Amino acid sequence: MSVRGKVAVVGAAETRELGVIPNVSQIELHADAARNALHDCGLSFKDIDGVATAGESPVAIAQYLGIVPNWVDGTQVGGCSFMIHVRHAAAAIAAGHCKTVLITHGQSGRSRVGVGGRPGGPASLGGQFEAPYGIAGPPTIFTIPALRYMKEFGLTHEELAMVAVIQREWAGRNPRAMHRDPIGVEDVLGSRLIAYPFHLLECCLVTDGGGALVLTAAERARDFPQKPVYVLGTGESSETPMLSQMEDFTTSRAFRVSGRQAFAEARIAPADVDHLMIYDAFAHLPIYGLEDLGFVKRGEAGRFIWERNTAPGGKLPLNTNGGGLSYTHTGMYGMFALQESVRQVRGTAPAQVPGVRISVAHGVGGMFAAAGTVILADAPGV
Amino acid sequence: MPEPRRPKPVPTPETKHYWEGARAGELRLQRCRSCKKAYFPPRPFCPFCASGDTVVFRASGRATLYSYVIHHRPMPGFEPPYAIAVVTLEEGPRMMTNLVGVAQTPEALELDMPLEVRFQKLDDEISLPVFQPAEAAR
Repeated sequence: MSVRGKVAVVGAAETRELGVIPNVSQIELHADAARNALHDCGLSFKDIDGVATAGESPVAIAQYLGIVPNWVDGTQVGGCSFMIHVRHAAAAIAAGHCKTVLITHGQSGRSRVGVGGRPGGPASLGGQFEAPYGIAGPPTIFTIPALRYMKEFGLTHEELAMVAVIQREWAGRNPRAMHRDPIGVEDVLGSRLIAYPFHLLECCLVTDGGGALVLTAAERARDFPQKPVYVLGTGESSETPMLSQMEDFTTSRAFRVSGRQAFAEARIAPADVDHLMIYDAFAHLPIYGLEDLGFVKRGEAGRFIWERNTAPGGKLPLNTNGGGLSYTHTGMYGMFALQESVRQVRGTAPAQVPGVRISVAHGVGGMFAAAGTVILADAPGV
Repeated sequence: MPEPRRPKPVPTPETKHYWEGARAGELRLQRCRSCKKAYFPPRPFCPFCASGDTVVFRASGRATLYSYVIHHRPMPGFEPPYAIAVVTLEEGPRMMTNLVGVAQTPEALELDMPLEVRFQKLDDEISLPVFQPAEAAR
């Protein structure tokens, strides 16, 4: 299994100008170089399905250029990041995760034009076109699409609250969960309003903690003391660093693209899944995830949860550690969703679901900015 | 009304026309001359077809309310509760904004209600496009 000689550079170009460029911002330097490299190989942005960059987020670059990625790499380890992107891209193309990768660099190192110092700085697009309107972190941004979903599909406040209620039921079975006392819909709707329509109990916790994973080749996996958990399929994508620029507030394009790849690679269907984790920073995320990954039809997830299909004893156990709403949420919770999927496939979870052979862990990045999906199984080919 | 502690945008060469327009009381978008689509936020090429043949134009300022939240916690430069909204402009693009001249309540803020642009002056350089219910609807 080697990628030696399997992948080639077919386009390469720099920005039109070099030196002192006070009239072009940093993100546009990326775009200028990208356009020139595509011209060099006769491709358009629609032909690109992988994006790697450093200094800016690949999410921002993909959205700025109008690319729908199947693969993103934001490895940022200094000036050699681009060498590492080439290596990662070669592996990804050889693995079939994407076909054509664009790696960009743009840096207004001298003129400092459009350099926010950090993503979301006042000269970034988000800094200019979202930050001035009083957004105050995820509770006021991630939550904005929900009312549109509620209107389109008739999701009720009670159904939204039920997401938190059922995850608390799971948390009650998990001694490590931060909040374990049972709650009802009325408790959720009676808790403090944070950002209408979201109440405190519909928002994730803020905690401290960590997690780590060790991976190796399947043929070595039997040499270790724990039951191996095999990676059957993976997916990834991104949509936009600015929530206001999501294509449709009732569905996540990144979720759909990521999920589709993972299921295709795993060669399974949602009906084959025994256990599911969907990153729940807020109560609406499991609803979007269930639909965008294909577990239920559009508009049906609220009712599906209300009818206890994802609750203990239900046919599709979801967020069985209690989730970000009740278990823990350090800020980048995805690691904990993976940990619970591994435990469930190993058969060692505190709220163990009987007979889990296939588990899906689906994560969101930023606020509907990116998505990653991992399908784990108890055998290398299920 | 100046709100000194509100995060202030820093225009870039590619967004300058937008902020100059806002200062002059105009909402300016860009349109691709190849595929004819209007787009936002600003950039010197079309995000739909990558054409560099684009033009800045004055938008109608008419929009409808796409979605929002009503923030209930303290925020410098704002008086809670206040709505953070996303509106769909008549020309197609969406943008984040605040809603003025209307109660910041779920009852008063109906999705899809017609809106029109107003400008809120932050200082001599920056005016922010905000939206209020359209005259006919009030």
